[in-house]
Amino acid sequence: MSLGEFLHMGGYAFYVWSAYGLALVVLALNLTQPWRRRRVLLREIAAWLREERENP
Amino acid sequence: MWRWFHKLGSPKYFYTLAGRLIPWLGGATSLFFLAGLYLGLVVAPPDYQQGDSYRIMFIHVPSAWMSMLVYTLMAFWGLVVLVWRVKIAEVLASASAPIGASFTFLALATGSLWGKPMWGAWWVWDARLTSELILLFLYLGFMALEAAIEDRRTAARATSVLALVGLVNIPIIHYSVYWWNTLHQGATVTKLDQPSIHLSMLIPLLVMALAFQLYYLTVLLMRSRTELLARERRASWVIEMVQER
Repeated sequence: MSLGEFLHMGGYAFYVWSAYGLALVVLALNLTQPWRRRRVLLREIAAWLREERENP
Repeated sequence: MWRWFHKLGSPKYFYTLAGRLIPWLGGATSLFFLAGLYLGLVVAPPDYQQGDSYRIMFIHVPSAWMSMLVYTLMAFWGLVVLVWRVKIAEVLASASAPIGASFTFLALATGSLWGKPMWGAWWVWDARLTSELILLFLYLGFMALEAAIEDRRTAARATSVLALVGLVNIPIIHYSVYWWNTLHQGATVTKLDQPSIHLSMLIPLLVMALAFQLYYLTVLLMRSRTELLARERRASWVIEMVQER
């Protein structure tokens, strides 16, 4: 099987690759969202602690 | 055993343990996804009726299974919240909702992309499709209700009730293909007699299903950890941890 044939998916390329692409995007967003939120939270908590120390 | 459960209920212990498990679970998830994609897209032969379009099944079916499994787990944690008021259960239920909604959305969207070439329609008001759409609304309703209530613990109790009431939809989804005349095909894997699917297609499907389960566990722990941090931001263990960094 050639790469061209593989990508062609027997004529169903649009449907098959859209489905897989969509899954990739949705699953990736579910990973990055909590990861980014956790980083922001940790930064916020650290900033709050600094302020508490400076102006108790 | 009971002592371990008790320890697991402590936010600090849960946060640390989850942080240690996530890299391993993430690694296992990647391996299963790579194997499943290779087996499903390259090794498995084209279907004699549907050609290569059936390969959508390898994400459609695991997504649909997960949409129901995650909801059931969410309702179970809802029950734990209502009966024992365990904080970790609140966090697990809350973290499950967006993942479950994502799986439901994927099941519907990939089903649509499969339905168009096979049935000739993106959408039909068939019992299976409609009950799955209701599941998406249940997840979204859970998230909306949670966002609408200021106090986290009150929100957890309200959403738990919603999750438990909505549980009635899960058997409806499963049996819809038997109870009504649906365009959607019946069960092929979870039948009592032998599954009516060839091994060359069943194996990639099961590998992908495992990959989806591991993925859920990984993201569940990531989301729960973050949610716990947000709720406990003024707790002494969080302060100590941030100071040590």
